[in-house]
Amino acid sequence: MTELTQPMPTKPPRSQWANVWDQFRSHRGAVMGAVMFLLIVLAVTVGPLVYWNNAQYVPTGRDFLKLRDMRPIYILLWDPSAKVDWLYPLGTDNLGRDTLARLLMGGRVSISVGLTAMILALFLGTLIGMLAGFFRRLDGPLMRLCDLFLALPLLPMILVASVLFREALSAVLGPEGGIFVLIVCLIGVTSWMPTARIVRGDVLALKEREFVLAARSLGTKNRFLITRHILPNVLSPIMVSATLGIATAIITESALSFLGFGFPPDFPTWGKLLNDAVDRMVLYPERVIWPGLMISISVLAVNYLGDGLRDALDPRIRGR
Amino acid sequence: MLNFTIRRLLLAIPTLLFISLVIFLLLELAPGDPMAQVPLTVPPEVKQKMREALGLGEPMPVRYWKWLVQFFWIEPQILIDNLFGTHFADGKLRVISWQTRSPVMDIVAQRIPQTLWVVGTAYVVGIIIAIPIGIYSAYRQYSWFDQAGTFVSMVGFSVPPFFSGVLVIVVFSVNLGWFPSIYDTTLKVDSWDSFMLQLRQMVMPVMVLALQITAQISRFMRASMLDNLNQDYVRTARAKGLGERTVVLIHVLRNSMIPVVTVIALGVPSIFGGAIITEQVFKVNGIGQLLITAIEANDLPMVQTLTFIFAVLIVMFNLIADVLYGILDPRIRYD
Repeated sequence: MTELTQPMPTKPPRSQWANVWDQFRSHRGAVMGAVMFLLIVLAVTVGPLVYWNNAQYVPTGRDFLKLRDMRPIYILLWDPSAKVDWLYPLGTDNLGRDTLARLLMGGRVSISVGLTAMILALFLGTLIGMLAGFFRRLDGPLMRLCDLFLALPLLPMILVASVLFREALSAVLGPEGGIFVLIVCLIGVTSWMPTARIVRGDVLALKEREFVLAARSLGTKNRFLITRHILPNVLSPIMVSATLGIATAIITESALSFLGFGFPPDFPTWGKLLNDAVDRMVLYPERVIWPGLMISISVLAVNYLGDGLRDALDPRIRGR
Repeated sequence: MLNFTIRRLLLAIPTLLFISLVIFLLLELAPGDPMAQVPLTVPPEVKQKMREALGLGEPMPVRYWKWLVQFFWIEPQILIDNLFGTHFADGKLRVISWQTRSPVMDIVAQRIPQTLWVVGTAYVVGIIIAIPIGIYSAYRQYSWFDQAGTFVSMVGFSVPPFFSGVLVIVVFSVNLGWFPSIYDTTLKVDSWDSFMLQLRQMVMPVMVLALQITAQISRFMRASMLDNLNQDYVRTARAKGLGERTVVLIHVLRNSMIPVVTVIALGVPSIFGGAIITEQVFKVNGIGQLLITAIEANDLPMVQTLTFIFAVLIVMFNLIADVLYGILDPRIRYD
């Protein structure tokens, strides 16, 4: 017998998530995307509480004339005669409402629609993918359902449905709550298919592995088999499709608002602000550019985040 | 292969029928009434008659059946009549729009050329730009060109068309004054000048759509090239002394195009969907804009027919993509 040449390991072995974190950190774009997205989320949640102007305040009388159509302060750089006020950093709109305050409030709606719709789509996708992969009898019908949804013209259907159910839901949940639930449901119900397909594929492969057999031979019930043993192993593709889901949900919501099928008027979202500003974009291009920039930056950040997450969670790429 | 195509075609029929039923049922829930704009002085019996004249008096299954007959049986006959001057469909009832009281398919036929021109040009331009970018990014992986290409395609993914469209209008139409911001569909191309006008008004919508298409397809092209560049057959080709150009542009490119071609086919219907927004931004009166106005005016036959046309496009191009995949890649056998 030869002695062990290696010294006893003093450090505990590295966990999987430490490896993932290391790989994620090395992807510069992904880290920047994550930081950017967190900043935006922070700004839209805390911003309206900290910022001094109220998004809903509409000045009247002399104030109205004084406060309306203010330009952003950076206009001073090339046009010293512009109508600006340091208390209104991004200016005001044609009703005298503060643009920055409305941007922050609008971001709150856009981001929360994105997050909730993503969670709904993820829940549906994981549930359907799991059922289809795990129970052989459900596989055929559920996957045909998935194919059918993929063959539906989604944007036209969302537009139609958002008009049809608007009144009914507004009556039950109030104008804003009703539209919120409606849009979240519409986006969620129409974007679960990719997640379901990925989850099903992974579950089909995992189901044949020895650890599942071992768990089953110990008498584990199906429910625990799924939640304890299979679900943690399909977590990484679910996380990646979560990030991509946020991006599509934000874009779909803004598109709906832009086409005039979204939230009611004077309820700001980024798409709505952009749409309202299009008519006067020659005189006030900043009112178009800021909401558009916010949509694009959040989606870009989330896309980079998803890219980095995919690389970090894929053990074949890790360590390269 | 033929067997597979026929099987898929047969399978597409129940799929389309089911989709048409889903669309029909969704629209059944519509609260709108086509008689809403008729003056209140019109007596209710007359209103009832008008409603029946629009085909609304009958029970739901009958109306669904009638729509199916009109769309799948009478409209093709009209098409044949128009093409060959025959008289199959004389006096038969067609799908009537509630807005204009004229046949839906006539309006659609008027609108489709505008959409096809803009979307089709954008798709071709996008593909022509995307493929060389994808090839070069993959060939020089992690070079500055690749990094820049990745960034540009990420931006293309992320910037929604309603923002990029408005942005190019602000820059090129308002500030520089190069292109008109509104697409003029009454323009007739009959001279060099009007051709140039047509070209100038197409530049911006095509640019916006092409950015998105380029972003998607160049990513696919790059990934597909990367998969192939490390294969053994590439080493063999280099080892037997073929020039680098031949190896990359003939051996690798041919194999890499297989998945890309199917992605291009699959992308066509989604581009029609995306054109809804672009058409709205540039005021192109294509089918996307027609759909939006029809939804706003509660014109259910028009909405139903248009949505169904989009569905047909999706199902058709899915089929084309599958068949193309089988034809191009001899390793794939469907039987």
